[in-house]
Amino acid sequence: MATIASAEQADTEVPAKAGRPPGRRRRWAAWRWAVLLIAAVFFGIPLYSGLKFAGFKAFTQVIGYQQFGSAFALSLRLALIATVLTLVLMVPTSVYVHLRLPRTRRFMEAITILPIVIPPIVLIIGVLKAAPGFLIATPNLLGLEYVILSMPFAYRSLDAGLRSFDVRTLVEASNSLGAGWPTTLWRVVIPNLRTAIMSATVLTVALVLGEYTMASLDNFQTFPVWIVNFEQNSGPVSVAASLLALFVTWLLLMLIVTVGSRSARKHGGAQVTLFSVGIQQVSRTRGESE
Amino acid sequence: MTTNMAAGTQAGVTGRRAEGAGTTLRMRAVSRSFGAVRALDNLSLEVAPGELVALLGPSGCGKTTALRIVAGFEYADSGTVTVDGKDISPVPAAKRDMGMVFQSYSLFPNMTAQDNVGFGLRMRKQSASSRSKRAAELLDMVGLSAQARQYPHQLSGGQQQRVALARALAIEPSVLLLDEPLSALDAKVRLQLREQIRSLQQRLGTTTLFVTHDQEEALSISDRVGVMKDGRLEQIATPAELYERPATTFVAEFVGTMNRIPGSYQGMDGVMVLGSVVPVHGGRPDDLAGEIDVLVRPEGLTIQATPGGNGIVTERTFLGSLTRITVLLSGDVSVKVDKTSAAATDLVPGASVQVGVVGGEPVGVTARH
Ligand SMILES: Nc1ncnc2c1ncn2[C@@H]1O[C@H](COP(=O)(O)OP(=O)(O)O)[C@@H](O)[C@H]1O
Ligand SMILES: [Mg+2]
Repeated sequence: MATIASAEQADTEVPAKAGRPPGRRRRWAAWRWAVLLIAAVFFGIPLYSGLKFAGFKAFTQVIGYQQFGSAFALSLRLALIATVLTLVLMVPTSVYVHLRLPRTRRFMEAITILPIVIPPIVLIIGVLKAAPGFLIATPNLLGLEYVILSMPFAYRSLDAGLRSFDVRTLVEASNSLGAGWPTTLWRVVIPNLRTAIMSATVLTVALVLGEYTMASLDNFQTFPVWIVNFEQNSGPVSVAASLLALFVTWLLLMLIVTVGSRSARKHGGAQVTLFSVGIQQVSRTRGESE
Repeated sequence: MTTNMAAGTQAGVTGRRAEGAGTTLRMRAVSRSFGAVRALDNLSLEVAPGELVALLGPSGCGKTTALRIVAGFEYADSGTVTVDGKDISPVPAAKRDMGMVFQSYSLFPNMTAQDNVGFGLRMRKQSASSRSKRAAELLDMVGLSAQARQYPHQLSGGQQQRVALARALAIEPSVLLLDEPLSALDAKVRLQLREQIRSLQQRLGTTTLFVTHDQEEALSISDRVGVMKDGRLEQIATPAELYERPATTFVAEFVGTMNRIPGSYQGMDGVMVLGSVVPVHGGRPDDLAGEIDVLVRPEGLTIQATPGGNGIVTERTFLGSLTRITVLLSGDVSVKVDKTSAAATDLVPGASVQVGVVGGEPVGVTARH
């Protein structure tokens, strides 16, 4: 994730720097490389030592290892529940806030950041106290908790996406052409929000695949819980498993960035990657002469 | 562009809506406030079938609000909007059957030009084949057949607004609403597109409300122009009437170029201005007396290069057959005078000139500034 973010910043800064004198520019470039290098070392060393510790053989053993299958399946199921619920709840909500309650945006930002600010341990104890009995014994409860945990990320992705195009005008154009609300949401808003929705999805999935505290307090053996449980038995295998998880998440993130920039190239408009929106002013800068 | 339009005419894409079967749009005493801001104040307006009425006024005078109330995106605090006599306030925007072209680019970025134009037909459950046929006709009509498969970001601003126009017309709207559709475009494209809008509108006979802050645009394109100020309609009349017989000082000064010259009121005879006595528009104003301001158009003034005249030329602007001369008169009054370019060769900055009013032509008067 770190490399993606810095590569992106490098991208967006190019036009701003075009006018700088060459000397300062070179110094700036050197700085950028230094920062990249430090980041690479910082993130690279643990990865490298993990790889070395696990060894190649451990990777081949992960899949068949005891209870790995059920733990991974549970995590995938939770990821699915959390993603679907998050999108179904957050897409219409963020569109509504954007159009009808633009002044409450700050408030919404504050509200949606709460799950990050409040320690998970506090959240989970509260939830376990408050949840109805029929939910407590099922992993669905954990799915619901993950909806709450992913809210800050999902809301920010969607909000960035909504700010990347003129939602209000498009919605009104669609209405005036005879489309009601559901059709407008489905045919106009969501297609232009695709990258943001994908970001929200990947962030939610990544969060579910990595969350430990809630799952273990809830007594479910999700993938991260499994990694910790089996670290005592077989260190190399669990490290290999976590490296695999990291790799899969990283692939997903790369996928988003690629698809995002491809759709930005095709439809013009803004390029949305996770929380950032880079406006490409394609249509505005084109010549008016015909 | 013009050739393409001719092609469109030959292809016979003319109004499916029969001539004379247009819609009457009427706003009656419509008011709307946003907090303390009175955006619309008792606005009444009628657009006859097939007529193009422009709402003209400075930014913030309530034009967009009026249009949005008609379109159904905004509600009125009081007053009614009727279409062919039926009150449409309970009808949601999606069911009003009005075509709208927005000030900002409003094409759906995820659809090609053709799909944008076909969108309204899709909402009306037309088959894919009849949709694409109709979309192709309309794109031809606005001269963009070649761009049918392009996405909005691949089109220039002018092209995007033409697709937006085609999209609005595709649904054969009862009323066409245009909110400053040309203001984001550069001058040359603006001129072409406004002629195209007018000729399409006349051919299709669509009742149209056109909002703009550009008086030249309003005067050149409309059957009638409604001049707005602070949410109120100051005057609604044909362009010629507005120009020649403005009802208020605001209209007089907002429409066309108007000079304001100090004069004195002489009772029944008229006003004394620049050394001559001239009649007053619309008879004698009751509440005026003594020192007043006289309103005269640039073509209502005479100018002659004379040593020791009453003014000094400060600027000249070549406008083609006419040249506009700016003259500084005594008392720090600056006026603009039009003169045929051939006769204006010696009216250069610094020249001393004598400025007068054309005798016998009635002028407007207003209270002294
Ligand atoms: N949704 C709104 N909320 C608050 N004030 C508004 C809103 N829409 C318009 N206004 C105010 O109403 C007045 C008229 O606005 P508008 O109709 O957009 O003017 P115009 O289109 O002539 O520039 C302005 O003072 C504007 O600030
Ligand atoms: Mg406006």
